[in-house]
Amino acid sequence: MTQDRAATRGDDAMRALASTMDAPEFTSTSFNKLRKPLSECRVAIVTSASLHRPDQDRFAQGDAGFRAFNRDDRNLIMGHWSPNFDHSGFHLDLNVVYPIDRLEELAADGVIGEVAPRHFAFAGNQPDTVSEIRLDTGPQCAVQLNADAVDVVLLTPV
Amino acid sequence: MSTLAHVFEDTGIATIVLASMADVAKKVGPPRVLACEFPLGRPLGKPGDAAFQHQVLQQAFNLLEADEPTFEHFPEVVESDEMPMACPLPPRDDPNAPPAVDEARGLISAYRRAVERKGVTAVGRAIEPEQIPAALDTLHQWAQGAAWKEVKLPGKNTVAVCHDIRAYYLEAALELVGDLAPGSRSFDAWFYEVTEAGKTILEARRSLKEQEAPFPFWFYMVAGHLE
Repeated sequence: MTQDRAATRGDDAMRALASTMDAPEFTSTSFNKLRKPLSECRVAIVTSASLHRPDQDRFAQGDAGFRAFNRDDRNLIMGHWSPNFDHSGFHLDLNVVYPIDRLEELAADGVIGEVAPRHFAFAGNQPDTVSEIRLDTGPQCAVQLNADAVDVVLLTPV
Repeated sequence: MSTLAHVFEDTGIATIVLASMADVAKKVGPPRVLACEFPLGRPLGKPGDAAFQHQVLQQAFNLLEADEPTFEHFPEVVESDEMPMACPLPPRDDPNAPPAVDEARGLISAYRRAVERKGVTAVGRAIEPEQIPAALDTLHQWAQGAAWKEVKLPGKNTVAVCHDIRAYYLEAALELVGDLAPGSRSFDAWFYEVTEAGKTILEARRSLKEQEAPFPFWFYMVAGHLE
């Protein structure tokens, strides 16, 4: 592999760039120990892949909001604005971003208690401080997760 | 993602972050992190490999057994694949059209089959599939030095239009190669190194930069590391 081809080392470049960017600071870390076995827990996925259904609003540039979709939805679009990562994996198999079929299998096998009725997507390309997500839309999403009696959230990044 | 973990934990929910950028996750410090060195855009590592995805999930859910914040690495690294995917391109049809325009027209059947099969498309952020050749015509003119303020781009937003062109090519290409699933950066490598559309976008971007168009107008047309 030569280093001078145009399209090489994209992931390395992105990781190097990201490690130099400012990150939000948290003075404390909340930590919730499960109060029941995982096999009785309701699990939801929250991804930053900007997923949405075709009938939902697309993510705008700098959109700090989120979209909710149902457990059965599979006709999802990855509406991410960043050209800096691979989109083909999601087209081949949405589980590589949003492992909903794997969760269903884990529920069927009794490893987790239940798949949550709704799952959520944010947009991953955000300002460094992510203050709107931290102070506004993130807490709004948490309200909806708690309304669905979710015990565990798996966060998948894009 | 790590920020959302803090927010959700504050409300009583237990969270697990699959982190694709370990350095960032360390800085933000959510309570449970499984750092996975996989290609960006593939947080479960391998599309179409349920067994591998289950390995990742098993280690992730095991983090719930810890009594305090915990940070682990998934032991297997998945390297990105940067060789251009092998995908046939349509032969020249209209010798009077710019190569990228001709090429995009030739892919419309494959694109339509893809949409028929999948039921959804990522194209449409700024332009419809039928406008892809016209957008490439403008980009071709910019690449040849035409002034961006005078030659108008269908869809206007350069970043969104380039997204739509890339998505159109991705969906058509995956239809053409069938089960020969590309590696993580194989599509990008093919698009920018092999297709006329990708080369035209890169040249148009260079031209916009030389014309001193606003930075966000041209920079985000392609991945940041591309010249």
